[in-house]
Amino acid sequence: MSEPLPMNLPSVAVGVPPAVESGVSPGGPPGSVTVRTEPAPTIRSSVDLAAAIRAHALRMVTRAKASHVAGALSMADLLAVLYSGVLRHRPDQPDWPDRDRFLLSKGHSCTAVYATLALRGFFPESELATYGQDGSRLMAHISHKVPGVEFSTGSLGHGLPFGLGKALAAQRDRKPWRVFTLLSDGELDEGSNWEAILLAPQHRLDNLVALVDYNKIQSLGSVAEVAELHPLADKFRAFRWAVREVAGHDHNAIRDALETVPWEPGRPSCLIAHTTKGRGVDFMQDQLAWHYKSPSPAQLADALRQLGCPD
Amino acid sequence: MRTAFIQELIRQARTHPRIFLVVGDLGYSVVEPFASEFPDRFLNAGVAEQNMTSLAAGLASEGWHVFTYSIANFPTLRCLEQIRNDVCYHRLPVTVVAVGAGLAYGNLGFSHHGIHDIAALRPLPNLTLLSPADPGEAAEAVQWLAENPGPSYLRLGKAGEKTLHTVQGSSLGPIRVSKPASAGPASIAFAATGSVLSVALEAAERLAAQGQPVTVFSCSRLKPADREAFAELWKYPRIVTFEEHVLAGGFGSLLRELAPDGIRMRSLIVPETLTSVVGSQEYLRTQAGLTVDAAIRALESFSASPTTR
Repeated sequence: MSEPLPMNLPSVAVGVPPAVESGVSPGGPPGSVTVRTEPAPTIRSSVDLAAAIRAHALRMVTRAKASHVAGALSMADLLAVLYSGVLRHRPDQPDWPDRDRFLLSKGHSCTAVYATLALRGFFPESELATYGQDGSRLMAHISHKVPGVEFSTGSLGHGLPFGLGKALAAQRDRKPWRVFTLLSDGELDEGSNWEAILLAPQHRLDNLVALVDYNKIQSLGSVAEVAELHPLADKFRAFRWAVREVAGHDHNAIRDALETVPWEPGRPSCLIAHTTKGRGVDFMQDQLAWHYKSPSPAQLADALRQLGCPD
Repeated sequence: MRTAFIQELIRQARTHPRIFLVVGDLGYSVVEPFASEFPDRFLNAGVAEQNMTSLAAGLASEGWHVFTYSIANFPTLRCLEQIRNDVCYHRLPVTVVAVGAGLAYGNLGFSHHGIHDIAALRPLPNLTLLSPADPGEAAEAVQWLAENPGPSYLRLGKAGEKTLHTVQGSSLGPIRVSKPASAGPASIAFAATGSVLSVALEAAERLAAQGQPVTVFSCSRLKPADREAFAELWKYPRIVTFEEHVLAGGFGSLLRELAPDGIRMRSLIVPETLTSVVGSQEYLRTQAGLTVDAAIRALESFSASPTTR
C-alpha cells in the first residue's frame, strides 16, 4: 500500500471522492487527522478493506500452518468498519492520548487485527509475512508489542474487565475517548466477563462498548451444544446494558450502530453481531474444523479467488 | 499491620495524585478514611477478584498506580492469571495487597490460610514481593511502593501486631534486627519473613540468655532477589528460616535456591498436611511447629546431623 488509507471509508465505494489534503475523523479535534483522502488503488470502501483483511489472515495462517482462521474471517467486517471512521486513531502515532482504545479479547483471532493495522499503516504490510515465525513480534495470540495493539490476550475473559478499567480511567480523568472490546461468543463462558458486565453499568460507563462476534461456534462444538447463550441480548439487557443486534457482515448496519454509541446515557453498549464463522470462504463457513485447520496451498488459492483477492 | 498500611497509603496518596485504591468488597472499618478523602480514587469492585485485578490493570495502563485490596487468598490465588497476564506481563503499576496472609486468620479455616501465595507469585515476571513483619515494615513498604510503582505484591498480617524493631530498609533487602543481647559473633542466623519474625526474635533472646548468640534477620523483600541480595545471610554457615507458608516455593525454598554451597539450613514452615486444623494464629503456629521450642530444636539438629536439609 503506497498511499495511506483515508480515515473515513464508506461501506461501499461510491465513485472517487475529491482529493483533499486534510480530513478530520468524526468527533476528533480539528486537524487531528491529516491524510490524503485520495483512495488507495484497490481499497475504496470498508467492504474492500474487509476483503483485504480476510485475504491477509488466510495467507498468514497458511504460511504459519496456524489455527483460528475461521474466527478471524467472522470478525473481519466488524474490524473493517471500526477502522473506517468509527475509531479515532492515528496510525503514525499509535499512542496518541485521545485515541479510542480497541481491545481484542479473542486474542487467537489476531491475524485479522494485524492485517487491519498493517493495511491502516501502523506497520508495513510486508511484516505480516513474519506472523507466527520464530522471533516475530506478530505472535499467534495478539501482542501489545505490535504498534496499534493496546493489550495482549490469549487467555479468554480478560479483555472486557481490562477495558472496564480503561473506561473507568477515562471517566475519572474526564477524557473523551472510548473503549471498544471485541469478544467471542465462546469466551462468554468465562465468569470474569460477567463480573465486568455486572459492574460496568454500576459506574455508568457509557464510554465502554462490547462487540460480540456471535458466530455460534466455539472450540469443541456449537454454542448451543456447549453452553447456550440464547437469549444473549436479554442477558445483557438484564445486566443493564444498552444492546443492539446487527447482521454482523452488513457494513451499513454495523456503522449505523457504532457511530451512535452510547445508545443510552449512563449505560455501556453491547453490539451483538450475528456472524458466520469462516465467512467469505464457502468450504470454511460454519465448519467447526476450521477453528483449527490450516489451509493447504490449493485451499488458500481457492479462498483468495472467492474473496476476489488472488495472489 | 493493616492499620499501618491504610494510614501510610492515605499519607502517600496526598503527595502521589495517581494512587488509586480498588477493594474487593472487603475492608470494613479500614478503608473508609481513604474512600472519604479520595472518593474519585476509590472503587469497590464487588466480590469479583478476577474483574478487580483486570480492571486495576486497565486503570494502571492509563497512568494510575492501583492498589487492589482483599484478604488472604482472594486477591492472589483467585485471580492469579490476571496478575500474571494483565499486570506482570504488561508491567503495569498494580500493587496487590493481601491482609491476613499466613495464618493470621487461622480460625476462619483453610480457605483463609494464606500459605501458598509466595509460591504462586514468586515465579511471575517483573513482580516485586514485599512481606513485612510489623507495622513499621508495612508502612515502609507502602512508602517504597509509592515511589517505585510497578507490578507488586504486598503480603500483610492483620491488625494489632506489635512493633518488633525500628530498623529501616526492610523494603530493600534483609535487615539485621537482633536485640543487642542476642547480637555478637555468631555463626547462626535466624531469617524470617512476615510477622512470625516475633518467634525468631523470642527464640534468639532465649538462646542469648543461654549464652548462644544468634543473629536475626527480617526479610521483607522476597523478589526481585538474587544471591547478592541476600549476601548478608551467607556470612552465616547455618541458617534457620521462619515463615507462615508451606516449604515448596516459599521463603526457605527461595534461600535454598540462592545459597552458596556449604550453607546449611533448617526451615520452620507450615506443613502442607495442616489442612483440617482451625484455630488462632498462636494455636496454629504451635500445630505447625512455628515456635520458640521448635526453633531451638532446629538449631540443635545442626550438630546432631551433618547433612544439609
